[in-house]
Amino acid sequence: MTLDLALFLVLALVAVASALGMLLSRNAVYAALYLVLNFVTVAVFYLLLGAPFIAMAQVTVYAGAIMVLFLFVIMLLGSDALPKSQVLPWQKPLAIVMSVLLAAEAAYLLVTKAKPAGDVLPPAELVNTTENLRQLGNALFTDYLLPFEVVSILLLVAMVGAIVLTKKEKGAR
Amino acid sequence: MITDWTLWLEWFIKSLVWIFALLGGFAYLTYYERRALARIQTRVGPNRAGPFGLLQPIADAIKLIFKEELSPAKAYKFIFFLAPILTLVPSIVIAAVIPLGPPIQLFGRQINLVLADVNVGVLYFMAIAAVAVYGIVLAGWSSNSKYAMLGGMRSTAQMISYELALGISLIPVILLANSMSMVDVVKAQGMLWFVFLQPVGALIFWIATLAEVNRAPFDMPEAEQELTAGYHAEYSGMKFALFFMAEYQKMIVICAVMAVFFFGGYLGPGVDKYPLLGPVYLFIKVFLLLFAMIWVRATWPRFRYDRLMSFGWKVLVPLSLAIVFITATGILLAEETGNPMWMWAIPAASVIAGLIPVVTIYRTLKRLSYERA
Repeated sequence: MTLDLALFLVLALVAVASALGMLLSRNAVYAALYLVLNFVTVAVFYLLLGAPFIAMAQVTVYAGAIMVLFLFVIMLLGSDALPKSQVLPWQKPLAIVMSVLLAAEAAYLLVTKAKPAGDVLPPAELVNTTENLRQLGNALFTDYLLPFEVVSILLLVAMVGAIVLTKKEKGAR
Repeated sequence: MITDWTLWLEWFIKSLVWIFALLGGFAYLTYYERRALARIQTRVGPNRAGPFGLLQPIADAIKLIFKEELSPAKAYKFIFFLAPILTLVPSIVIAAVIPLGPPIQLFGRQINLVLADVNVGVLYFMAIAAVAVYGIVLAGWSSNSKYAMLGGMRSTAQMISYELALGISLIPVILLANSMSMVDVVKAQGMLWFVFLQPVGALIFWIATLAEVNRAPFDMPEAEQELTAGYHAEYSGMKFALFFMAEYQKMIVICAVMAVFFFGGYLGPGVDKYPLLGPVYLFIKVFLLLFAMIWVRATWPRFRYDRLMSFGWKVLVPLSLAIVFITATGILLAEETGNPMWMWAIPAASVIAGLIPVVTIYRTLKRLSYERA
């Protein structure tokens, strides 16, 4: 057993355990913290795969910014403890059906489409140098320029929407 | 896969050096701050324990260790216990990417005076700074008390807002250094420190870091007059000491980062010949920057909270975006025309861009004070 495999197994265990913890905990703050742990574990996965930029971006954006906002909202609204009874009674059976479907689909694809481990290409030599970032930037601004711009406009619209929602209407009181 | 045990030993020793340097630095930074503040306020400061009061930090440490640890009856015990640790760890971990000096020869092998020269060092700094919020937020929430909660909330909002300006103000540095590695950033400043090329970026970074480490004038999370002590109101003994330690270690580390990004890191006259001068230069720079932090604390009153927010979002973020644009344009012009003099357009245009908000704020404040009179 190589070191990489051992690391992967330990990390996978942590990732699955934290995901389960997030789903099962009745306290919203604990759930958010489990999710943070999960995001950080995923970031370490990226590091293992030789993609430090994505790993750092994952920690900065998800674990750092987004989850802090989540926690902030949970604390601000004081909704840390979930109500004992289900608010949406039809939600549970639907969720079970959906997740079974998803699992079946994933299993089918894994069995039929997944390549044996030997076929996976190792990351290029350059991946761990500064060239990595340069290539990422070049790819973003040449091949993927349109999606990039579309995403930026989408984000801008979301931002404007958030500001409009928080603004009081004139005359309304 | 690394099997060379000497490499492990090297990492271990380097980590120990950093941890103890930060621990000692923390103890004597409190002394330094108290003496400097006293000097500015024409007092004497601590001068009883040992010569010039040099043993004061040790006396403080002993006092803190033997203090009783309390925890509120309705606190969330586990998180309450975890929060000080979560606050302290990021402040130490950031130090891993700070280069202390050029490589040196020791015992017949080359030793890099940096713990981890990762190619995304700048982003690593941002990632850790982003995670550092959790300790304070959780401390505020788990104490289950109103003051602590308010302090935690304030610090979350403040740190999220200023992180943005912090991150954007680093982009000019990355552009100028043409790399995200901290070692390359230092090497790129061999000719000229970046503070001369991008003075406005340095200023924004400085203001944002003051907000990140909750120092005056941005110390709303622990405003004594309003919140007793903010997020750590319910903590005592060693747990409080950990918060205390985290704040001062963050000050040291962030001053070192500031020195690396804008003040040439370990560079100085004679470093090429005597690599061991590197850490000395870095220490001097950190020492001076720390004095600036203490000076700011002694001079400036605390910001009002709404002004803090609008300053962060309406002034610092747009201004840092503007200097990113200016820097990129300047570098592009210098490359395209082949005339390096265009680089000097960067500081000139940045300073002009920086003066606009200064003038606007000044005029607005003046108008407000007329209205009040």
